[in-house]
Amino acid sequence: MAKHKTPLLDQLESGPWPSFVSDIKQECENRAKNAKGVDYQVPADCPDDLLGVLEMSYVDGETHWKHGGIVGVFGYGGGVIGRYCDQPQMFPGVAHFHTVRVNQPSGLYYKTDFLRQLCDLWELRGSGLTNMHGSTGDIVLLGTTTPQLEEIFFELTHNMNNDLGGSGSNLRTPSCCLGQSRCEFACIDTQQLCFDLTQTYQDELHRPAFPYKFKFKVDGCPNGCVASIARSDFSIIGTWRDEIRIDQKAVAAYAGGEIKPNAGAHAGRDWGKFDIQKEVAERCPSGCIRYEGGKLEINNKECVRCMHCINTMPRALRIGNDRGASILCGAKAPILDGPQMASLLVPFIKVEEPYSEIKEVIENIWDWWMEEGKNRERLGETMKRLSFQKLLEVTNLKADARHVREPRHNPYIFWKEEEVTGGWKREIADYRKKHQK
Amino acid sequence: MAFISSGYNPEKPMENRITDIGPRHFEEFLPPVIKKNKGTWAYHEILEPGVLLHVADSGDKVYTVRCGGARLMTITHIREICDIADKYCGGHLRFTTRNNIEFMVTTEDEAKALKKELNGRKFAGGSYKFPVGGTGAGVTNIVHTQGWVHCHTPATDASGTVKATMDAVFEEFVNMRLPAPVRIAMACCLNMCGAVHCSDIAILGIHRKPPMIDHEHLDNMCEVPLAVAACPTGAIRPTKTEWQGKQVNTVAVKEERCMFCGNCYTMCPSMPLSDKEGDGIAIMVGGKISNRITRPAFSKVVVPFIPNEPPRWPTMTKVIKQILDAYSKGARKYERLGDWANRIGWERFFEVCGLEFSHHLIDDFRDPAYYTWRQTTQFKF
Repeated sequence: MAKHKTPLLDQLESGPWPSFVSDIKQECENRAKNAKGVDYQVPADCPDDLLGVLEMSYVDGETHWKHGGIVGVFGYGGGVIGRYCDQPQMFPGVAHFHTVRVNQPSGLYYKTDFLRQLCDLWELRGSGLTNMHGSTGDIVLLGTTTPQLEEIFFELTHNMNNDLGGSGSNLRTPSCCLGQSRCEFACIDTQQLCFDLTQTYQDELHRPAFPYKFKFKVDGCPNGCVASIARSDFSIIGTWRDEIRIDQKAVAAYAGGEIKPNAGAHAGRDWGKFDIQKEVAERCPSGCIRYEGGKLEINNKECVRCMHCINTMPRALRIGNDRGASILCGAKAPILDGPQMASLLVPFIKVEEPYSEIKEVIENIWDWWMEEGKNRERLGETMKRLSFQKLLEVTNLKADARHVREPRHNPYIFWKEEEVTGGWKREIADYRKKHQK
Repeated sequence: MAFISSGYNPEKPMENRITDIGPRHFEEFLPPVIKKNKGTWAYHEILEPGVLLHVADSGDKVYTVRCGGARLMTITHIREICDIADKYCGGHLRFTTRNNIEFMVTTEDEAKALKKELNGRKFAGGSYKFPVGGTGAGVTNIVHTQGWVHCHTPATDASGTVKATMDAVFEEFVNMRLPAPVRIAMACCLNMCGAVHCSDIAILGIHRKPPMIDHEHLDNMCEVPLAVAACPTGAIRPTKTEWQGKQVNTVAVKEERCMFCGNCYTMCPSMPLSDKEGDGIAIMVGGKISNRITRPAFSKVVVPFIPNEPPRWPTMTKVIKQILDAYSKGARKYERLGDWANRIGWERFFEVCGLEFSHHLIDDFRDPAYYTWRQTTQFKF
């Protein structure tokens, strides 16, 4: 018997897509039954109360969660987000309902023994509700009380050998696509790089020292499955700078219809016979592909590595062998100054352990941003305010035509004194010798 | 309920303390065939919606069965996922960046059996637990935020709007018949914890009423200068006011300058702005993240406001269907939604999608606005 009537939410149980309402209800039932005799450390009926408070929001059209609340574990400034219900008398089970961010493994692979341990922990000390995963990439454990926080952290570190993630004005938990583990397009080992950066910057992850959040995301190729170009302050995207490898036999097989184009991604509709000229050569954004006499030729010098030809004919075309990454900086969502896409800073960098070259760029940027960034200013905004040139200066990188889409429209150039012959110091008296007032 | 300690001693917080160890190394979790062939994958194929085949240079094959998940999931549900992974995949599984779950096996027969098993499991309420799909030129799972389930600033619910949308577009999740992938994302306020600012179709919670001011508590709960600095349009200024016969320090809001971003509330809890009639949803389209053919692009607002209509948001899902149907009909193979709109022209986009253009859709925020106005006589009647 449900604790609260939820007529509105109940309507979300129908329809084919997995219903979070049905799922929470099964959790309510299991906790009420408590077949294993768990000594619940937070109210057993908290999922019931969560449904209750959510139903109230569906009626009121407003949230019933209070603003903020500072809670955390000793010595960390991030990883836990305080949350309190604004109707605690009605819903005591969720009066205190904090979130715990748990650092996810790179690529989001799991063994069930780890997940079961996590479930046991969250059954005993939390609401039994999670996000798999939150938008930053972390495993999110949803809903516990303050006295449980240290215990959860203790169990996570001692029994599960796993740490919390980042929140607040910290380095946020780095994330990556699955990379070379199961993708032929991945130019770099995204998982190892992501893991290494996470380990190297544990202090920055857990102790707020930044003007605002800072995100690393690692994409294995320009397809961008982890959206680093749109979401991360420091975006690392795998790429190559030599030639796309061509298997002409496979090209012929695509032409002959023996292999389905685009790995079969368009199989649900009859788009007609696959036409390499139209669908590959003519769609190449830099027009560097020629298809003649059944042979495919790529003028690699003009290739911009958009991935279209490779995505369309993965068995005939493969990424080059001289691989590394591009680094782009300053992406963010609109708050405050409008959305920003990441801007290209390093066109090509080798990605090899211990990743010292990449770390040098990171640390130079941090030194500058921590000095100059205003409170709650993302790197992209600091870049906009203080100029891309300044970013080049602090990272010791040379300006390059690749840094811009096109050169500037206005000639208001901030020349530096040392760039101008004779410097800026002049005497008005000397001027007056030649020019009357 | 007796308090159970796992070993933490609040008297001596540093005793046996382990910190800064990071996550478990991913290699511990990789399925054997993945670990063996890492970095040497030759190609992949989508055998049918939701079923992928990856072939390594060694000739090894891995079949992946992908299914959707609600993101908000309980431990009972996760344990069920574990049971399936134990039964079929030697205890291995993974999640995708779009909250799908992937089970990997090494034969096609096992993949077929898995698909059948996953599609056969339903919640008591009738919905699928693990619908197989989300690959190729279709709609995959929606990346979303917390909404009314757990957040303090949302203008709408996230889990509910996503459930309603995925129900409405479910056929596109289990098929691959669109011109290109369509990525739908949902964020419940302008903070955009999801990447909705670069999605083919974005559902975005917005507020429309300026903040209320809780003069009684503001000076105690907020740093006035921070609240003032938080406003991107300079609509907030410090002031004093009389409250119950006492002079209090507080702020004043120039309401016609407010664009309802809610950043003041984020900085100052005494300036709430949520409101049943004021809050609702904006629809944005045409964003993308991939560099494929065209460069990554921001989403554009095409419907400035749809009221919150819980539990199923019918107007919102109708608009999304209209856009998806017009795109599906009009776009060329490989053409993403925004590229299609750019090709036919946005004036035509509104026509074929049956959407009304209003003054709310002309940008008026700082410099970026100028770059969106038309500076040519090339337009379509």
